[in-house]
Amino acid sequence: MKNLNLSCLMIIISLASSRLQAAKGPDLQALKRELQELRERTDELQRKIEQYESKTSTQPQPQPLPRPAVVDVPKQTPATAGATNVVARPWSPTDPIRLLGTQRNYLNLSFDALVAAGTSTADDIQSLQLGGHDPNQRGFTVQNLETTLDGKVDPYFRGQANIILQIDPEGETALEAEEAYLETLSLPWNLQVRAGHFFTEFGRLNPTHPHLWDFVDQPLINGRLFGADGLRNPGARLSWLVPTPFYSELFLAVQNSQGETSQSFRNSHEDEPYLGRLHDTGRVRSVNDVLFAPRYAASFNLSDSQTLLMGASAAFGPNGSGRDADTQIYGVDLFWKWKPVNHHGGFPFVSWQSEAMLRRFKADAFDWDLDGDSALNPDGSEQDLNGDGIPDLLPNEILSDYGFYSQLAYGFRKGWVAGLRGDWVSSDAARYERLFGRDADRAQRWRVAPNLTWYPSEFSKIRLQYNFDRRRSIGDDHSVWLQLEFLLGSHAAHKF
Amino acid sequence: MKAKFLILTAMLFAGAAHAALNVVATISDFGAIAEEIGADKIKVTTICKGTEDAHFVSARPGFIRLLNQADVLLEGGADLEAGWLPTLVNGARNQKIQSEAPGRVLLSRGITLLEVPTGPIDRSMGDVHPFGNPHFWLDPANGKIMANNLAEAFSRLDPSNARSYDRNRQKFNERLERKLNEWAKLMEPYRGTKVVTYHKSFDYLLARFGLELAGTIEPKPGIEPGAAYVKLLISRLKVEGVKLILIEPYRPRKTPEYVAQASGGKIVIVPERVGGHEKAKDFFGLFEYDLAQIAAALKETK
Repeated sequence: MKNLNLSCLMIIISLASSRLQAAKGPDLQALKRELQELRERTDELQRKIEQYESKTSTQPQPQPLPRPAVVDVPKQTPATAGATNVVARPWSPTDPIRLLGTQRNYLNLSFDALVAAGTSTADDIQSLQLGGHDPNQRGFTVQNLETTLDGKVDPYFRGQANIILQIDPEGETALEAEEAYLETLSLPWNLQVRAGHFFTEFGRLNPTHPHLWDFVDQPLINGRLFGADGLRNPGARLSWLVPTPFYSELFLAVQNSQGETSQSFRNSHEDEPYLGRLHDTGRVRSVNDVLFAPRYAASFNLSDSQTLLMGASAAFGPNGSGRDADTQIYGVDLFWKWKPVNHHGGFPFVSWQSEAMLRRFKADAFDWDLDGDSALNPDGSEQDLNGDGIPDLLPNEILSDYGFYSQLAYGFRKGWVAGLRGDWVSSDAARYERLFGRDADRAQRWRVAPNLTWYPSEFSKIRLQYNFDRRRSIGDDHSVWLQLEFLLGSHAAHKF
Repeated sequence: MKAKFLILTAMLFAGAAHAALNVVATISDFGAIAEEIGADKIKVTTICKGTEDAHFVSARPGFIRLLNQADVLLEGGADLEAGWLPTLVNGARNQKIQSEAPGRVLLSRGITLLEVPTGPIDRSMGDVHPFGNPHFWLDPANGKIMANNLAEAFSRLDPSNARSYDRNRQKFNERLERKLNEWAKLMEPYRGTKVVTYHKSFDYLLARFGLELAGTIEPKPGIEPGAAYVKLLISRLKVEGVKLILIEPYRPRKTPEYVAQASGGKIVIVPERVGGHEKAKDFFGLFEYDLAQIAAALKETK
């Protein structure tokens, strides 16, 4: 069509120029007029051609709504190795960027938004909700705006990055590089290495992103031991697929032990007291100052419809309470899923997930007499929680914190899931707490949370959740949260 | 002690070293044709059961170990397995089945896919597959192309048995040729008859035997029907005199039954894949069973 168009123009222009030559000057005005007319006619022709072109070009076939497209034999296209002929011509910058399907992209790009609305009877919602992505205020919370990029880097690596935007209660937008790592594709002996910045493979919930969670908020035990944003840090992880008859895999991660995303390790807690004392991130002096996180997971197909996945994890590293202080965290997790062999769209199903964790935090002795004058500072920077008029002296001791959650999800018809979660966390009373009462960060509390989720499609969900919280010494609270999610673009397939 | 450990380790690794090609098929139909071509020279395991919805297979960790030991992975491509296969292959860390490796066999190669979108598409249209309708194994004539792909792949990976693979391929194709004629005769009287399906899964079968798709229970691919849509569908089926509703065994029955009752039609439950019904045991069994059911129902409603 373009060629025809061009040749029309060429003919007209050559005609015009030959006429010009023939006229040889006598009536230049008339010639100019004629040329003008010719120009107008070519313009008109051009317009007509364009109109014609746009009519015949591929347009969405208007379909009467209830009638889905019928088999369209003339539109058959042979599939060539690996793909088809969706893209008939090269992409031009004026075309919309289309991200459908997963076979032709150098980069899968997706955007996921999680927002919540709701209310709670608690006055301190921000300490009621322990997760950084939990709904944390009356009214609306933007929980998580996540951009995920992933793809094959080259024949040797796969890469993934998750960039998070969050809007805090003050309306400030925060940007967070949640994960960015590459993973090997072709190591021998069943090995795989992941390197970069990533969530520690501890249990089931910690390494997953909030939009995959079955509840609007994270379990209490994860909040207590791993903090608001989960345990993640720069490092490297080696995993070995063990040649057993069933699936089993061994992981060993070595990561930095300092920073905001390592709550139980070398974290300064923004110079606020934590476990009764101040903490310092310190420096890496030896290999013992990094975080080691081993994990073993095994899975069994109990029947064609039932799968069991179990794991044991640990994390060892120094903490910020003193020079030789360290932390050990141990966890066990279990996931069981029933999905009948004749499911429709993945429904119905029942899944049960539980995790239990224990932390042994070796806390160094701490003297609140920060300036060494054996008297309280008038500015209140030195703590005297037992009220004897001199700054407190905390003994060194091992603090044990533990807890579990257990959750059940029942997909009762396509797109509909009912869930129930129970949470319980507690600790052994520490010697420092005997001095000045139970620490709210360690006192026993539990939560029961039923919810109902509707997935209009795989790319959106609406969830309603009720939380009943009982905190020892604080009391009972009721919260209701409504959560909405949408996902744009192509997202990598999820793990089991 | 050390010797014991060595023996144990050797035993653990021994599983991967036996002679027959270890073939893993994403769906049973690919596995069924592979068995015809490979016969006793291969061992076939299937990931997706014939009874389940192939778009929503759980990526059970056991499959990672299965793929880890595979010599060959048979996949349909065209986004059929996009929701679960990539994560399994990534976890399996098996060089033999990485994309573009000789052991990664794409069954849609050389097959003409239906309904490749030519206009703009987006997700408001439901799960439209950008590469075309991925249920291509339901055109029995595509069996020939798949058999050729498989024989070629097996011969490349196991040249010592190439003759056997080629002989089996010829045998399969000849039998298929005879069956295609037989089936064409069986279905000839019903050419042009309009039918309804739940999802756009039977389009290839319909196109092969000249049946026409009048509509689907789903308003859009992967989207469940609402009351208003069902009402419209029923009135249209009445006007057009559509009597047959084809559904897979795993689909919910309530809406199709309601539509059948309201429009005076009949439901026929036919498996979409090998293993979806006890009589659909192999490649030929699937089509024998499905076509017999469809022909019988069409005869009754004619």
